[in-house]
Amino acid sequence: MIPAEFDYVAPASLDDALKALADGGEDAKVLAGGHSLIPLMKLRMAAPSLIVDLRQLGELKAVSEDNGTIRLGALVTHHTVATGGFGLVSAAAATIADQQVRNMGTIGGTLAHGDPASDMPAVLLAYEGSVLIRGSGGEREVAAADLFEDFLTTAVGEGEILTEVRFPKLDGYGYGYEKFNRRQEDWAMVAVSALVKKGADGTAEDVRIGLTHMGSVPLRATAAEDALRGKPLNAESIAAAAELAAEGTEPPADLNASQDYKRHLARVLTRRALTTAAS
Amino acid sequence: MAGSVRVTMTVNGAQQSAEVEPRLLLVHFLRETLGLTGTHVGCDTSNCGACTVHLNGEAIKSCTLLAAQADGAEIKTIEGMGQEGALHPLQEAFWEHHGLQCGYCTPGMIMASADLLERNPKPNEEEVREALAGNLCRCTGYHNIVKAVIAASETTA
Ligand SMILES: Cc1cc2nc3c(=O)[nH]c(=O)nc-3n(C[C@H](O)[C@H](O)[C@H](O)COP(=O)(O)OP(=O)(O)OC[C@H]3O[C@@H](n4cnc5c(N)ncnc54)[C@H](O)[C@@H]3O)c2cc1C
Ligand code: FES
Ligand code: FES
Repeated sequence: MIPAEFDYVAPASLDDALKALADGGEDAKVLAGGHSLIPLMKLRMAAPSLIVDLRQLGELKAVSEDNGTIRLGALVTHHTVATGGFGLVSAAAATIADQQVRNMGTIGGTLAHGDPASDMPAVLLAYEGSVLIRGSGGEREVAAADLFEDFLTTAVGEGEILTEVRFPKLDGYGYGYEKFNRRQEDWAMVAVSALVKKGADGTAEDVRIGLTHMGSVPLRATAAEDALRGKPLNAESIAAAAELAAEGTEPPADLNASQDYKRHLARVLTRRALTTAAS
Repeated sequence: MAGSVRVTMTVNGAQQSAEVEPRLLLVHFLRETLGLTGTHVGCDTSNCGACTVHLNGEAIKSCTLLAAQADGAEIKTIEGMGQEGALHPLQEAFWEHHGLQCGYCTPGMIMASADLLERNPKPNEEEVREALAGNLCRCTGYHNIVKAVIAASETTA
């Protein structure tokens, strides 16, 4: 399988990349790791006329920490995230595909793409993180809750480049990541991200639950979060909260899993993820 | 009509340069432009790992990379691992432990294993299986491949 013809540039600066995108018009596309875009181009499901490859933009490969915020450049690879010691973010990144894919795929690429089965979006949502987006009109920060608009549709607009991903460190939170698939390197049928802050009295001071592939965008399991917040963290309270994990969801059914099965998975995986996060 | 791009990269230690179509995939650049047919195309859908090569020292699937993306990079393929009579320890170990039958997946298995041993020189069985999750073999049932990688890790210091 060979992509349709296109023109290719690899600009040396972010400004040049933005200019190339603007000049290329609506059929120009950004290329990061290429591990979503190139398969789509080989299947001719995408046929951009111009590819603007970001690979020369060293400034988008930086990792830093400042004032309790982890800042990851858009081109930081899944492998770097997985091995970076960033708690739940690293745990989830380590489950993406396989080593070869993790060596190429980028955190900015997966968040700009917005595949409902991908791992990072629900993690960013649970952390209440954000991304920086640059366009010809300047830079804006978009909260995770506003980033994912629909199936494969994010707030990253035409001619814009996602430059940085920001996660609060959330010191003092325990975490759990549970992903269900048939083979290790497969996409998630359902995945659950849990973050739990235990108070001095053993109750749940804060609870964050992110759901992957339970809708066309990543979701928070707010009913389950509310049920556990303020409660003592034990097997009963966790099980009761997890029963509410699929409340209000309309998960997309596919060859692997019906809606009912996915709701079942969400409940079971939430119980497991919360149990790990609370321990 | 799309133009062409000049790509220059070091492949197995030798500098290579060519004028190519932007849509040319790295695996086709290696196999067809350079004649290095040791790297195989199995699935062509980023799943099987037969096309695994090293890009700047890391294992990647060359069917899912444009040759242009590797401009300026160092590429290593199975041809860069060892020669007849002077095989790489992984190649010796695959031979010794029957880590191959038809051999189609073998170049990718060896390149992915080499990437693992680079990061983790003494992996346990589970780590070997995890590192090879992106490489499919239709013949061996994997057990002998895992044995071979562990044996190779024991022969290299
Ligand atoms: C075999 C296989 C298995 C996979 N399994 C999983 C999995 O289990 N979980 C998972 O989460 N993912 C999985 N993926 C996807 C992988 O993580 C991709 O790398 C990722 O989704 C996209 O990142 P990328 O850097 O490769 O983006 P690209 O493919 O380069 O780009 C994807 C899209 O985002 C746009 N884009 C990219 N970067 C930017 C940017 N900085 N600014 C603006 N737009 C941008 C592109 O224009 C394109 O539309 C898998 C991929 C493969 C090939
Ligand atoms: S041919 Fe590249 S992964 Fe199968
Ligand atoms: S030896 Fe035949 S596919 Fe692996």
